[in-house]
Amino acid sequence: MPDFFTNLSSFKPVFLWTDILLLLLLASMGAIGVYVSGQEHLLAPLRQVRRRALAMAALTVLLSYIGIGLLDSLHFRQKLPQIEAGQEIQYSPEVLSLLDLVVGRLRKNVERTYSAPLATHSFAKEMIEFPGGVKKRVFPPLSYGGAHLTDGLTQSADIKQTLFMGGLTGLFLAFTLFLTFSFLLSRHHRSPWKKTLHALRNNQYETAWGAILITLSLIIIMVSIVIPLSAKYHLSGTDKVGQDVLYLALKGIRTGLVIGGLTTLVMLPFALFLGIAAGYFRGWVDDLIQYLYTTLSSVPGVLLIAAAVLILQVYMDKHADSFSSITERADIRLLFLCLILGMTSWIGLCRLLRGETLKLRESEYVQAAIALGVGRTRILIRHILPNVMHIVLISVVLDFSGLVLAEAVLSYVGVGVDPAMISWGNMINSARMEMAREPIVWWSLSAAFIFMFGLVLTANIFSDAVRDAFDPRLRSR
Amino acid sequence: MTAYIVRRLLYAFPILIGVNLLTFLLFFVINTPDDMARLHLGGKRVTQEAVDKWKADHGYNKPLAINLSAQGSGKLTETIFFEKSLRLFFFDFGRADDGRNIGADIRQRMWPSLAIAIPGLLVGLFVNVTVAMLIAFFRASYIDTWGVIVAVAMMSISSLFYIIGGQFLFSKMLRLVPISGYDGGLNAVKFLILPVIIGLIAGVGTGTRWYRTIFLEEIGKDYVRTARAKGLSELTVLFGHVLRNALVPILTGVVVVIPLLFLGSLITESFFSIPGLGSYTIDAINSQDFAIVRAMVFLGSFLYIIGLLLTDISYTWVDPRVRLN
Amino acid sequence: MGRSFYFVVLLYFLSSLSGCSGSSLNNPYPKGDEAKTILYSSFSQRPKHLDPAQSYSSNEITFTGQIYEPPFQYHYLKRPYSLIPLTAEDVPSPLYFDKDGTEITGADPAETVALSVYTIKIKPGIRYQPHPSFARDTEGKFLYHNLSDQALERIDTLSDFPKTGSRELRAEDYVYQIKRLAHPRIHSPIYGFMSEYIVELKDFGTQLREAQKKGAAFLDLRDFPLAGAEVVDQYTYRIKIHGKYPQFLYWLAMPFFAPVPYEVDRFYAQAGLAEKNITLDWYPVGTGPYMLTTNNPNLRMVLERNPNFHGEQYPMEGEPGDRAAGMLEDAGKPLPFIEKVVYSLEKEDIPIWNKFLQGYYDSSGISSDSFDQAVRISETGNTDLTEEMKSKGIRLLTSTAASTYYMGFNMLDPVVGGGHPSARKLRQAIAIAIDQEESISIFQNGRGMAMQGPLPPGIFGFKEGEAGINRRVYDWIDGKPKRLPITAARQLLAEAGYPQGRDEKTGQPLILHFDTTGTGPEAKATFDWLRKQFEKIQVQLVIRNTDYNRFQDKMLKGTAQIFQWGWNADYPDPENFLFLLYGPNAKAGKNGENAANYSNKEFDTLFDRMKNMENGPERQRIIDQMVEVVRRDVPWVSGFHPQRFGLFHAWYGNIKPNLMANNTLKYAKVDPHLRTQQQGQWNKAVWWPLWVGGMLLLLGTLPAIRSYRRKERGISEHSWQRNLQ
Repeated sequence: MPDFFTNLSSFKPVFLWTDILLLLLLASMGAIGVYVSGQEHLLAPLRQVRRRALAMAALTVLLSYIGIGLLDSLHFRQKLPQIEAGQEIQYSPEVLSLLDLVVGRLRKNVERTYSAPLATHSFAKEMIEFPGGVKKRVFPPLSYGGAHLTDGLTQSADIKQTLFMGGLTGLFLAFTLFLTFSFLLSRHHRSPWKKTLHALRNNQYETAWGAILITLSLIIIMVSIVIPLSAKYHLSGTDKVGQDVLYLALKGIRTGLVIGGLTTLVMLPFALFLGIAAGYFRGWVDDLIQYLYTTLSSVPGVLLIAAAVLILQVYMDKHADSFSSITERADIRLLFLCLILGMTSWIGLCRLLRGETLKLRESEYVQAAIALGVGRTRILIRHILPNVMHIVLISVVLDFSGLVLAEAVLSYVGVGVDPAMISWGNMINSARMEMAREPIVWWSLSAAFIFMFGLVLTANIFSDAVRDAFDPRLRSR
Repeated sequence: MTAYIVRRLLYAFPILIGVNLLTFLLFFVINTPDDMARLHLGGKRVTQEAVDKWKADHGYNKPLAINLSAQGSGKLTETIFFEKSLRLFFFDFGRADDGRNIGADIRQRMWPSLAIAIPGLLVGLFVNVTVAMLIAFFRASYIDTWGVIVAVAMMSISSLFYIIGGQFLFSKMLRLVPISGYDGGLNAVKFLILPVIIGLIAGVGTGTRWYRTIFLEEIGKDYVRTARAKGLSELTVLFGHVLRNALVPILTGVVVVIPLLFLGSLITESFFSIPGLGSYTIDAINSQDFAIVRAMVFLGSFLYIIGLLLTDISYTWVDPRVRLN
Repeated sequence: MGRSFYFVVLLYFLSSLSGCSGSSLNNPYPKGDEAKTILYSSFSQRPKHLDPAQSYSSNEITFTGQIYEPPFQYHYLKRPYSLIPLTAEDVPSPLYFDKDGTEITGADPAETVALSVYTIKIKPGIRYQPHPSFARDTEGKFLYHNLSDQALERIDTLSDFPKTGSRELRAEDYVYQIKRLAHPRIHSPIYGFMSEYIVELKDFGTQLREAQKKGAAFLDLRDFPLAGAEVVDQYTYRIKIHGKYPQFLYWLAMPFFAPVPYEVDRFYAQAGLAEKNITLDWYPVGTGPYMLTTNNPNLRMVLERNPNFHGEQYPMEGEPGDRAAGMLEDAGKPLPFIEKVVYSLEKEDIPIWNKFLQGYYDSSGISSDSFDQAVRISETGNTDLTEEMKSKGIRLLTSTAASTYYMGFNMLDPVVGGGHPSARKLRQAIAIAIDQEESISIFQNGRGMAMQGPLPPGIFGFKEGEAGINRRVYDWIDGKPKRLPITAARQLLAEAGYPQGRDEKTGQPLILHFDTTGTGPEAKATFDWLRKQFEKIQVQLVIRNTDYNRFQDKMLKGTAQIFQWGWNADYPDPENFLFLLYGPNAKAGKNGENAANYSNKEFDTLFDRMKNMENGPERQRIIDQMVEVVRRDVPWVSGFHPQRFGLFHAWYGNIKPNLMANNTLKYAKVDPHLRTQQQGQWNKAVWWPLWVGGMLLLLGTLPAIRSYRRKERGISEHSWQRNLQ
């Protein structure tokens, strides 16, 4: 870490395709935010979302996922030491991300093979030669997990102590956060502190600050416990080749986010443009677009994806030089997967948009605008687009979790992300075999499950709130 | 009505041609006929001569889409695309690249697929509707809140977890059902119980939430208030009025998937070794058997179109105000 | 529909509750089969070809081995593997002729031999399995050789033919099959290879192709003479091959050289039958102990005992130790012991393993993930079963396969390939860096032997112990090979021009590429491990994984860099392994089996001398030289010879791993009573969690019911209030 700050020139930033697109996605989300803030009919439901405690708690968790994902999306290559003076500066072929630096030890502390969570010894017995030539099959001690333990310090005592200290630090930090925030809030509203506390508890603000604070506190406490523990042990064990499972699960976040997020980015322009065009222009344009999406949706998705992935492989083999590192190869495959998933998932939204546009076209104000001779583009942008935005918002948040789940299934079928890429789908896939082991290796599956569940659950809860708020049929309740 | 159906069926032709063209393109962009031959002839001691022979025997020795060496219309007809596509429209799927008759295999493998899909659909529908009704009945109470949270939690779990967990629990720990396999006739029941139950559990979250929305929408309508005002009990209102009216969206949602049941489920079938059409497709993709892939895609899109048509018809059936034209 | 489904489910549970006797709830097989001597096994991929001229894959040989009978077979018990007659009277020695046609002896130099002649006599009285192609009417005409369209309508499977027939095996059937290898409609994988040996086979193929072009629907191969394979009399035939090729006899123990009668070929040539999937590829016909009665590749395949089997006795003698192991208890008894074998379709490994543990499969391999559950390695390094397995009476049999799996370098590659000393040093460095022992321990659970040279154990020329180790990678310390330290690899790398993994001149880091088709979790773990190995010498390895076709293409064009490959022995002779490195056999451009495209003049000359020699000290000396050349040049690194572990239930007997023979099913026996008893014990259903779950669910609804009651009471006032809001 320290040399990262002292010697910035020893890093060369690397922009992978998905990094750029992810940043683009963020930018476009910002743009949409600016757009929405000028649209009262969209803003009102969003205010409703802001007031819901559960939704805001979910959003907080979601944002911390996104934070980790972003941290993992800033890539660079390290400078290599010069062998001889005067040589050109060379960079390591290994592409790292900021997250790799932050969790440094998790990435580097690789054991030989499986070890259970918090274990100090390997999971499988091995033949070890003891001093004096005696050979025995024992559980060998791990090279990193619990390596700091001495005879005077037992594992359980150490874990208890670390837990206690971590918890204490977490509580302290959370408490500090709470005090600072409530103080600021009371200053802002110019109300006494006690009243602020009361209002927080009863969710009386426009934003559900109480829920956000509680969630944040919980996250802080959890992180304060996890950091010291995972520095000394493998908190979620290690996998077959000894990599730390916690590290794998953390790296999986970015993959999940990219699949869920980029796919939407890819499909959105298609769906918006074609859906509105079909609904507004009708006639042969409508026929053509309907033909296009009926045809595409009748081809089994798996076949489409398998074909696309294979085409990509052929392309990569022909241009092997442009994909020299593992990271780049895996990244381009991930991008392609997003593209093709986008191709298969724009159809649903397109159909909805077409239907809505058909309705809107007949509405009085659009008819009036046509009668007044307002230009087509203007009608589309000023009258149609704002009135279908809620459908877009709903389907974007709804699709997100489905896509994260789909990644796991695709990996099972063999057309998912690159095998070299760390993803929850790949972890679950390996876990199938681990479940059949005796004694059972449960930690990879559990780690993938917990991380994935956390993301999908919060995304679902949040999207539920968004949908409830926007869906006019449900708004009354 | 009849005219409408005929028109829709005619409309299906260009779609089927498009689908066929797309499959063809996708497949041959990545596989040359030489590749296919190599894959089928195996890895050991294969010569180019054997490859050429295989291609000639399976009709892959012609140009893909345009035959410049042929005369007149032969430029288009004496090609792999034309010769392999035309017969599909008569549902003559021909032979797989390994020599088996595809039609015979599809007829045989359709039944296991249906044997999981139909009970799965019906039981799923029944359970989802029941649970959703219960939740709707207790709306705005803690049961509603928790019901929705549980449903959202259940749909946040990947279906792979359900299958892995279900096999582990019911077959390995409790030893109640065989882990996998299939058999004809009544013997099939013991193999089908687990996949059907797992399918049910995996789908109950999504289903319940979806039907709850439908019910809540109905409950908010005026006729329900009127019925309640008449002093009918809540149960009578729910089952007598709400359920009947909610059937329209429920049924139309179901009708569109019925034809697709034939195609089976890719993942369930391969996890449980059920010899249905889903695993047939996956196997074909893996072994790059173009003839099977093309036949399955064709069948799939045909059934999809039928499903759309059935949906339209079912609209008019449940709601006489809708006219098809 | 829903209700009737519930009804069936209910019936099922009721019937199971009432404690139906014998059969367990999770038994996947139909009731009533418990007492029969049936063997249960599985298959994961449908066999593509059961035609003996075409089948070459191991999953096909499982079936064809039991059905077809080539003239020779391997002795079941004796080691080293030796050929004994199967349908032949004896194993003949060939007659040799020089290019002038005068007979010479085997002692003459191999180069002088122009022609070898094998005369094979078969036993009289052997009969084919019952099959409709042999059925004749009262006048002696074949019943089903000219099926009309009407007759075809009633046929869906082979069993729909009401009548079957049989006939005696003749020498001409063997000749007929050799001719089929060249048939234009049949894609025999060994046609190209055999036409270099069998006299005039190539011309014969051309001749047949021309005859077919003229429009003959069916080619009666008896009408086309082939000089290389002739019928002498009813029970004798003669094969002529170019030069001296002692390994040819081994080929004659493979189903490629099994008999196919003319009647069968004629029968299956009818166009209408192929439409219904009735072909020799799906319904094989043979003289062997079993016949395929059900072939539903979508569900199961069943082998049943051939009623016409000519009879064979269990071997009377074996290796020392076989008697103690009980392998000779059935000596002299008539074969086969098992009535029927049921192969069920299984796609996934986990269910196979679990079903084996439940007693529903009679034997199983051990995947690396279930290894610790099954096998315990004792303090002294011996393998033994775990208590759990022992208590079930399961036995473990191990054998080192006659296979070599290796990682190879493409010798045409500009970076890693070629004979240049720097590239050679790079390869040597990598050979030391890749810790094959660790790989075997992680991925194979120690089931394998790290490669010291191209030859696997059990093949002539392989050397054990200190004399057999590869000195360029290993040291001999304390009575076992020890890998050289990683510093040695780094040193070699520096000498190769890449100090610390960087090009000496430009300072660029060295990046190597590994080409593979692997997908899935197991492959991912392997890749991660492999990258770790290269990082030890600071070289970055990029995995280029692609699909099977693309990979094949790269191998054929010679554009791969580092790859993994394997070879299973066709027959137990060093020639079958060393030819994998023979220059003229290169994969790139020549379509041979030399995947590394290795070419070394010294090696090639030695190979030419070695290949036709009889086993002996002279041959050993040449082989030692060849192995040393390979060790120096390192076209292959880090290979291993897998060790096969098989688990067998207590009721499954007479099993001895035999890596060459594929017709071993006839020797095996099962004890169905013991099996039924054990299955019942191991598969007692556990119901209580279901009841507990049900109770919990009921309890969970209680508050709901209470809340409903309250609601009912308050409905009239509240509903109005709410609706007014």
